[in-house]
Amino acid sequence: MTAPSPDRKTAGGGLKVRGLTTTFATPRGPAAVVDGINLDVAPGEIVGLVGESGSGKSITLRSIVRLVREPGKVSGQVEWQGRDLMAMSEADLRKVRGAEIAMIFQEPMTALNPVLPVRLQIEENLSAHSTLDRRARRQRALELMNIVGIPAAERRLDEYPHQFSGGMRQRVMIAIALASSPKLLLADEPTTALDVTIQDQILKLILDLRDRFGMSVVFVTHDLGVVAATCDRMAVMYAGRIVETGTVTRVFAEPHHPYTRGLLGSVPRIGAERSMLLSIEGTPPGLTDLPDGCAFHPRCSFATDRCRAERPPLESFAAGREVACFHHRTVAAMAEAA
Amino acid sequence: MPLLGFIFRRVLQTIPTIAFILVVTFILVRLLPGDPASAMLGDRAIDADVQRINAKLGLDQPIPVQFLYFTKAVFTGDLGNSIGLKLPVIELIAHRLPVTLMLTGMAALIALLVAVPLSFVAALNRGGAPDAIIRGTFQIGLSMPVFYVGLVLLTVFAAKLRWFPVGGYGQNFLDDLYHLFLPATTLALSLSAVLMRNLRAAIIGVVGADYVDFARAKGLRARVIMTRHVLRNALISTVTLFGLSIGTLLGGAVITETVFAIPGAGRLMIEAIYGRDYPVIQGLTIALALLVSFTFLLTDIVQAWLDPRVAR
Amino acid sequence: MSAGAVPIAPSAKRRRALPGTLVGAVIVLGASLALAFFPSLFAPYDPTAFDYNAIMQGPSWVHPFGTDNFGRNMLSRVIHAYRIDMQIAVFATTGPFVFGSIVGALVGYVGGWVEAVFGRVVDAVITFPFLVLVIAIVSVLGPGLRNMYIAVGVVDWVFYARLVSAEVRIQRRLDYADAARGMGYGHTRIIFRHLLPNAITPAVVYLMTDMALAILLGSSLGYLGLGAQPPAAEWGVLIADGKNFMTTAWWVSVFPGIAIVITGLGFSLAGDALADLLRVNR
Repeated sequence: MTAPSPDRKTAGGGLKVRGLTTTFATPRGPAAVVDGINLDVAPGEIVGLVGESGSGKSITLRSIVRLVREPGKVSGQVEWQGRDLMAMSEADLRKVRGAEIAMIFQEPMTALNPVLPVRLQIEENLSAHSTLDRRARRQRALELMNIVGIPAAERRLDEYPHQFSGGMRQRVMIAIALASSPKLLLADEPTTALDVTIQDQILKLILDLRDRFGMSVVFVTHDLGVVAATCDRMAVMYAGRIVETGTVTRVFAEPHHPYTRGLLGSVPRIGAERSMLLSIEGTPPGLTDLPDGCAFHPRCSFATDRCRAERPPLESFAAGREVACFHHRTVAAMAEAA
Repeated sequence: MPLLGFIFRRVLQTIPTIAFILVVTFILVRLLPGDPASAMLGDRAIDADVQRINAKLGLDQPIPVQFLYFTKAVFTGDLGNSIGLKLPVIELIAHRLPVTLMLTGMAALIALLVAVPLSFVAALNRGGAPDAIIRGTFQIGLSMPVFYVGLVLLTVFAAKLRWFPVGGYGQNFLDDLYHLFLPATTLALSLSAVLMRNLRAAIIGVVGADYVDFARAKGLRARVIMTRHVLRNALISTVTLFGLSIGTLLGGAVITETVFAIPGAGRLMIEAIYGRDYPVIQGLTIALALLVSFTFLLTDIVQAWLDPRVAR
Repeated sequence: MSAGAVPIAPSAKRRRALPGTLVGAVIVLGASLALAFFPSLFAPYDPTAFDYNAIMQGPSWVHPFGTDNFGRNMLSRVIHAYRIDMQIAVFATTGPFVFGSIVGALVGYVGGWVEAVFGRVVDAVITFPFLVLVIAIVSVLGPGLRNMYIAVGVVDWVFYARLVSAEVRIQRRLDYADAARGMGYGHTRIIFRHLLPNAITPAVVYLMTDMALAILLGSSLGYLGLGAQPPAAEWGVLIADGKNFMTTAWWVSVFPGIAIVITGLGFSLAGDALADLLRVNR
């Protein structure tokens, strides 16, 4: 459909997603929650996947490792280090999950099993993916607790999730994700449930881990401040599709999609105070009754008859920049003027 | 250890319960027409005996004092003598209760062995044919009276097919198991239906939990996810329900032992009722209620052990 | 410690199946009530008429459920038993339902130490195996249906009171309860006109389950000879009558049992349907 970002080397080492589509059967027909997503992540790169809730960004993340629940159906191509995860057997995929590609969730309180001690929840990852014996696993668990900065790690390993604070719980989840030294971390809104000061600590931790271990990260968030603070590149999602991509610097400086522009709204420039996404007038469409043409047109002040009839494809307009809008030049010019 | 503190507090809680059990069983005998002593001695009581019992039980004293006498007697294991069998009630219970314990224990085991796998099958095929068949079958099982199930099983598998003995109790442990299999299955049917309904709902709830997705994202084997993450969490509410079902199970044992002619505490209860043997009825009521409250204590401890959030 | 009948988490499946459960419940319970009120209209024979020319006959067109050892038509006996068993379902549960709901509403409304004490009473009551306690009470009062109702009532109201008090405790914190207090309504009016109607749902749903349980209990006591007394036609009594002929004349015991199962299923379906209906309306 479109060219991948040509300024990044993605062949072999990284993640290459092509035409990823996830549909759910609903009483009113199938709904494509994720609709033909293309995404590339180079080794060591942090890519932000941004959008309102319900835009399909979390499902995209889960679709990559086929963690979508029934009745969700995932299709397309997910190439990870040269292998197609979509074509893999469940047994082979299990060896990738948690070992090469790890995932962390938004709400550590619910993502950690409440009735198992933290130690077991870390060690079971090691049991699944390594040949370490009991003692080595204990050693590694302790090491991981130290890496993510949990004080009194030795004692806390035997505690249960409810005995940890929110921030510490998120650190535990990251420790679990890191257990088998993954090459790619899929982070699903990992800081949304946390206080602002704790958010900063967790973001710093993720950045630090990227630097130390050369991990790639796909960072799903609706918080543009988080994107600005952590990501190299970003992809903006609307109604299951990517509507704009580019480096964080370029997208923030010159948004080409009216939706991106709306999102950026009052967020001034990189490095400034973070702010939550500005709500754009209107609400995202229901996925079973997407409007014809561009899904965004009912909320768009630039919309013309063409937008109502025809769907704009995601196209490259500059090096490393893509947008799905017929009027993106006008939008960019307006942003410039503003 | 928060668990030890929890156990201590929970044990303290059983004290008012035991007091209540004693009050109720005390009142029960006072409800009898005529004076308790003649009721307890049976129809052929002579005056001298009545007076002796009255003095011994303190029945010439005010009611609260009588209750103290009664409590003291229970705690010293003196539950009186059986009218019909002329034996101390405590001995009868000690002789018959183990049979009932074995029957109910076996029934509980069978119910668990049936309910756990089937509830997984039903929950994971939710809305499908296996789910409908399993739930339908157990719904029917739940509507069948215990004596009817027992009668049908007895006729088909013992009288007709001769796979099992028609009733009674064994000579040794293995023989006991053989004799108790049909009655225990009878007793297990409704319990497994109750457990399955609860466990199925619990599994459906747990399977949708974030931590199950997270476990899958860790790349764990399906078997590990199902046992360590799903079953363990789903069992927490089921353990409580299991404890609460013990009373029903013991009630069912009374009937099952009658149908299968098993010489247990339940059969003793029915015999005592037919023979108006009130000391036995009273003693058994106390013993069974204490047994239930002990089971509640035990299942609460198991639940606290399964779920660290309980014992804080 | 939660008690007795444990409410099961409703499944989404059940809501979709709403019309099915409702139709099933109306058919089964409607037929049961018709048979209970007008057994003579449906029974082909006099249930007590002996026929020594037709003893222990298997199911046939003349005797669809066969005949017993006195030549009595089993279909007629099963039909006439509906009167007593449906009566057990209603009589054994209505008293506890009404009394328990009132007590539960008061306990939930007053709260505080009253509620704490009530909680301990519930804990204690459920430690008595229900059937054992009922049997013990019946043994003291003497066999028969009236004494069975008394024995059941002594225990059963606790379950309704527990359900209603828990619900009232939630309801009394809601806005409309405050509004009613703000209007200066008396406690009685608030409890019975405002709180109880909103808090009664779980108890009504449990009433259906309880009716099925009452039939099981009633027939069990009948079987043991402690409930309905022969020659009254009651399913448990009928099954007990036939138990010695199970190998030679299975139909004498089997058909009354099927009637118990079908009626029990009817009440279960009614419980499911009510749970759905009342939940939707809230």
